[in-house]
Amino acid sequence: MAGLTGRMSTIVKAKVSKVLDRAEDPAETLDYSYSKQLELLQNVKKGIADVVTSKKRLQLQEASMQQQVVKLDTQARQALAANREDLARLALERKQSVQTELQSLDTQIGELETQQQKLIDSEAAMRAKLEAFRTKKEVIKAQYSAAEAQVRISEAATGVGEQMADVGLAMQRALDKTENMKARASAVGELEDSGTFEDLTQLGAGKDDIDRQLEAIGAGGAVDDELAKLKGEMGAGSPPPAALDAPAAEPATAEPTEEAP
Amino acid sequence: MIIRIFSDGQYRIPEDAQARLHELDAQTVNAVDAGDEEAFTSSYGALVELIHSVGERLADDELEPSDLMLPPSDITLEEAREEFTGEGLIPD
Repeated sequence: MAGLTGRMSTIVKAKVSKVLDRAEDPAETLDYSYSKQLELLQNVKKGIADVVTSKKRLQLQEASMQQQVVKLDTQARQALAANREDLARLALERKQSVQTELQSLDTQIGELETQQQKLIDSEAAMRAKLEAFRTKKEVIKAQYSAAEAQVRISEAATGVGEQMADVGLAMQRALDKTENMKARASAVGELEDSGTFEDLTQLGAGKDDIDRQLEAIGAGGAVDDELAKLKGEMGAGSPPPAALDAPAAEPATAEPTEEAP
Repeated sequence: MIIRIFSDGQYRIPEDAQARLHELDAQTVNAVDAGDEEAFTSSYGALVELIHSVGERLADDELEPSDLMLPPSDITLEEAREEFTGEGLIPD
């Protein structure tokens, strides 16, 4: 078969036989390369640990974004209560984009979990095959003539070799995914640190511009604040009728004063 | 015939399923050539599904070499391309 299957088979077979052809006796080859196999299994363990670390990092990021959603929601309510529909809209827009980001994080965490499981399964299959091989080669040696035993052992060793290639690929794919996500996570981190994320989701701790504007409104007077709170309790979500009289495109400054006379 | 799907397992496939298998393999290759992600996903998905449905899965401790090997079922079009052009997906 010349298709995708054929190409893959050719490459794997070539690589497996390259390993097995190093010695005349494939059983010996596998025995000699036992330390190599242990090394591979060690690497798989490290690979799995790496995937787990990366997953935890994404989960932390997810938790912080969930807090962000709650915060933006609160801000939107506060803004509405303070009769600032424009600010409420801004907060809700940010909430939307954080939620979109959250969904994509969810997908990525799921993908990492899948890769991790595949790696674990593939490693388990390799251990099982190695174990079976060690038993079987003795049986074969006892039952067959030297020449025939050689052929049968070679076949069995190929089965192990294939599984090693399988583990190798599972590992490479898991690590590639992890690397991509690390790069992405650190890119988000950098944006966060430099504050350039402000106009998108404002992930950083501390106060953002919505907070500052809300504070400025608050500075207008404790009475206003109290009043806004009351309005919020009475009907968060719909602006009080007074808002209809306000100019549509009020600049986002703290002072609601009209032009000075 | 024994087929290995990477990151999945080995399957013993009956003779009478092989024609359909070749057909789906050819479709998959065409999709890769055309760079058609959707066609690739559906034809390769159908190929994997066929193997799962007609194939008998080998136990983990069986030592049969495979006649054919397939990339993982969740392979992307981009990865399949590398399979054709570069050194292939399998690391040394």
